[in-house]
Amino acid sequence: MTASPETIDQICKLLEPFNSTGKALTSDTEISADLNIDSVAVMDFVMEVEDHFDIEIPLNVVSETHSISDLAAVVDARVKKA
Amino acid sequence: MIDLLDKHKTIAERHARMMTMGVNAVGLTNDKILSPTRAMINGRETILAGTNNYMGITFDVDCIKAGQEAMAEFGTGTTGSRIANGSYALHKELEAELARFLKRKHCIVFTTGYQANLGMMSGLAGPKDTIFLDADSHSSIYDGCTLSGAKLVRFRHNDATDLDKRLTRSEGEEGGRLVVVEGIYSMLGDRAPLADFVAVKKKHGFQLLADEAHSFGVLGPHGRGLADEAGVEDDIDFIVGTFSKSVGAIGGFGAGNHPMFETLRYAMRPYMFTASSSPASIATSLAAIRKLAAEPERRDRLRANSARLFAGFKGLGLDMGCDMVSPVIAVKCADEVSTIGMWNALLEAGVYVNIALPPGTPNKLCLLRCSVSAAHSFDDIDKIIALFGKVVASRAAA
Ligand SMILES: Cc1ncc(COP(=O)(O)O)c(C=O)c1O
Repeated sequence: MTASPETIDQICKLLEPFNSTGKALTSDTEISADLNIDSVAVMDFVMEVEDHFDIEIPLNVVSETHSISDLAAVVDARVKKA
Repeated sequence: MIDLLDKHKTIAERHARMMTMGVNAVGLTNDKILSPTRAMINGRETILAGTNNYMGITFDVDCIKAGQEAMAEFGTGTTGSRIANGSYALHKELEAELARFLKRKHCIVFTTGYQANLGMMSGLAGPKDTIFLDADSHSSIYDGCTLSGAKLVRFRHNDATDLDKRLTRSEGEEGGRLVVVEGIYSMLGDRAPLADFVAVKKKHGFQLLADEAHSFGVLGPHGRGLADEAGVEDDIDFIVGTFSKSVGAIGGFGAGNHPMFETLRYAMRPYMFTASSSPASIATSLAAIRKLAAEPERRDRLRANSARLFAGFKGLGLDMGCDMVSPVIAVKCADEVSTIGMWNALLEAGVYVNIALPPGTPNKLCLLRCSVSAAHSFDDIDKIIALFGKVVASRAAA
């Protein structure tokens, strides 16, 4: 699965408010591990992504996505389906 | 070899950091419990204001006697599950009493409230179904949802419009839909807007479960919980509750009117594969539930105490978790370090409250959480207010 650069870009923008590490976000950034974001905050962030793209990302899917590009691929697939 | 415990290093570091800041907030020891509202902690008599002992029933003489008699008659433990070893007459008596109290046709008792949620979520929903759960749901609900294998969709806390939107997004998918809300939310003390959720239910059609852990025995004209208070019991398909709070024992339950409800006993692994609760616990629960039914004045006292604490904190200008009177009253604090400092200072001054920090709280809040008891005196409440005035009011502002 490859994600579009635009989706990655938009996800980075949505993730920035949750990033307290000051690390630059790239497609390879691991959302929870690299940014030290706790499990609840990850779910809150995904809710923002769901609403931004008007799609549904079940928690079961969230638990299998680690990097920004993983999540972007999920978003692209679900936007296309919707 | 990778050491399996390596992954918990950040937790260990955080715990060590907290320990250097004073008393161990998660490892606190009550050396002696003197009453529902008093304990000896660090050699000091302390007012307990963080026990969820809403009805103050833990030292009730009739409940203690019922527990002692049951232990003498049925022994110390049940040594197995009800499926394997059979039920004790007491289990069935408790289920019948609870069904009567709740005005529900069926009731199943579990060993803890945590297991009640694991059992009910996984018994009701399966891999083809979808569970829509409130974002602020208790961990036992999250864990139950995971155990079910269902698709999990989280909606914004107490937001029926947001649920409506998410239900619309998933329209046309296969499988049943379960929506899960709580009566009183344990961290902030706020309540689900049940009438709004019922309206969404009428629009979309789903089955609705309410976890009344903190509201059972506490809310409503009959003490049946938030659904009783809101007058929407007929629209709530399933209720979950615990005996660990207003009932002052250990155990949990699920209840409902569904004609196939009893079948769940053979479909819920957290019911089937764990020992049933001890005779003493069952008997004290039974005695306590009879008291909750017969003594509504306990609820009046809890309400009066909660209103007094709420007004006192408001007078101090504290920022509270919700803007209505609730037996759970949480004070929002600025950051982790100051919250730990204030929690320690309160304990040293003689009052125990809960400290709640992220990720155990919604929206990264740092909280000093009080739970009020019917057994608190007005004098206790006034002391708690005075101590929060001294320790917290000047420092809590976020
Ligand atoms: C909302 C909620 N549900 C379930 C439980 C679990 O109850 P128990 O302590 O009986 O396991 C709790 C409290 O612990 C709770 O706050």
